[in-house]
Amino acid sequence: MAGVPIDLQLLNLCAALLLLLSFAMLTQRRIVNLVNLLAVQGTVLFVATLLIAGRTRQPHLYLSAALTLGLKVVLLPYLLHRLIRRLAVYWDAEPLLNISGTMLVGVLIVVFAFGLAQPISALASTATRNAIGIAIAVVLLSFLTMITRRKAMSQVVGFLSMENGLFFGAMSATYGMPMVVEFGVALDVLVAVLVLGIFFFQIREQFDSLDLHHLESLREDATSGRGE
Amino acid sequence: MRPIEILTQLLELIVALVAAPLFVGWVNQCRAWLQNRSAPSLWLPYRGIRKLFHKDAVIAAGASRLFRLAPYIVFGAMVVAAGIIPSMGTRLPLTRVADAIALVGLLAMARVFMSLAAMDIGTAFGTLGARREMMVGFLAEPALLMVIFVASLISATTALPAITEHLATQTLGLYPSLAFTAVAFLMVLLAENARIPVDNPATHLELTMIHEALLLEYSARHLALMEWAAALKLFNYACIGFALFIPWGVSTRGSAPAALLASIPLLAVKLAAAGTFLALIETVSAKLRVFRAPEFLATAFLFAVLGLLVHLLLGA
Repeated sequence: MAGVPIDLQLLNLCAALLLLLSFAMLTQRRIVNLVNLLAVQGTVLFVATLLIAGRTRQPHLYLSAALTLGLKVVLLPYLLHRLIRRLAVYWDAEPLLNISGTMLVGVLIVVFAFGLAQPISALASTATRNAIGIAIAVVLLSFLTMITRRKAMSQVVGFLSMENGLFFGAMSATYGMPMVVEFGVALDVLVAVLVLGIFFFQIREQFDSLDLHHLESLREDATSGRGE
Repeated sequence: MRPIEILTQLLELIVALVAAPLFVGWVNQCRAWLQNRSAPSLWLPYRGIRKLFHKDAVIAAGASRLFRLAPYIVFGAMVVAAGIIPSMGTRLPLTRVADAIALVGLLAMARVFMSLAAMDIGTAFGTLGARREMMVGFLAEPALLMVIFVASLISATTALPAITEHLATQTLGLYPSLAFTAVAFLMVLLAENARIPVDNPATHLELTMIHEALLLEYSARHLALMEWAAALKLFNYACIGFALFIPWGVSTRGSAPAALLASIPLLAVKLAAAGTFLALIETVSAKLRVFRAPEFLATAFLFAVLGLLVHLLLGA
């Protein structure tokens, strides 16, 4: 690694940490810890954005770093923590696959993502193009987190972490999206969390639990009972 | 074979044999301090081994020759392993015939013979311990191999001295891949040496013990060799860790013979720090249930694989 400037080394470290955090989220059973991990992921993303901003000297990247800090490190985790307290959900049930199995599938996904990213990295001209594979892996691992969980809460955390992955991917492929798009996405995520929060209360009221497999089947009696 | 090579080899073997029980004593002492107990003497492991060598051996009635041979094989494997690991110098003649993968094989051989000997007697505890040991072993070994593969990939060789030289001379920088593999290696070390998250070395509680259950039927000189071998194993693992992750200060190919002498105090410092760290980990963590051990080792494997992938993708 001779001659690689220190900020690129730090960026690589950030990318590696993001990958690690995705795996930590994949195997975490406690929802409170899951939200904390999301906040840590946001912090790493913030540092990575700052580093890229310092490297490319594009002023709008500082703005999006500030947005990351405010939204993903402070506001969203705060909202989620409040939701957890109000709904009193602290544990997810055993995930669909056991932990070791999930990890192995996760490793396969990372290999797949790296293979997928190879042609994209070859076309990209940024200094951070190596990290595109990691961004794709983070997105797919968040998908896996959503697939293997039952509780609505952890699915939302998986969704947010997927957004983080996409953000990092855009950052490393093209030094960030246009500001308008970024603002739009940030607003979308915020609204999504607020709406989903209301949703959770509705789900719990209906089924007395946040387990999403209740939503998988159509139940005639539940609706007909209401219709009468 | 030049005299400096033979000298390095002999020095490594002697230091390993002498320092291994001392290292165990140091870890025990640190742990006692951290837990507010009065610490046992540093020399206690030596006294234990000497006492055991002076006793008459009692061997169970149904024991076969395997049971009697196993301590010598296990001890021998550990001594040879100590000769391969470049803990002080990289000019080791033995490493021309045995690389890092052979080292993993040596450790595996010791484990297999230990488990076979424990099953040979046919007591319930021995069998139970042997099965658990094999379970931990078969999960820890791929993780250890992965760790070694990452270091091999970085330095493009599987010979341990060459790996150490390459890692010691490369430019300083942030290597996420090495950081991940270091964590993986630490977890493997804890599992393989029957340390706290997986096994408790200080207990003979029947239901939880792994390592001690294997040695229950041994006495006198056989037990002494087994305990010495366990100490050597811990020492070897620590030295593998130094060779891969803190390789500085080892006397390399071009250096003067005096560098070999200078590497002895440096190794002592590294061992002292590692012993304190190990005791700290053991004090702050709780023992896992046996059925959680696979998860612990799967995490170690994951860390090592992530290190490999990160190295391949980021080149770091």
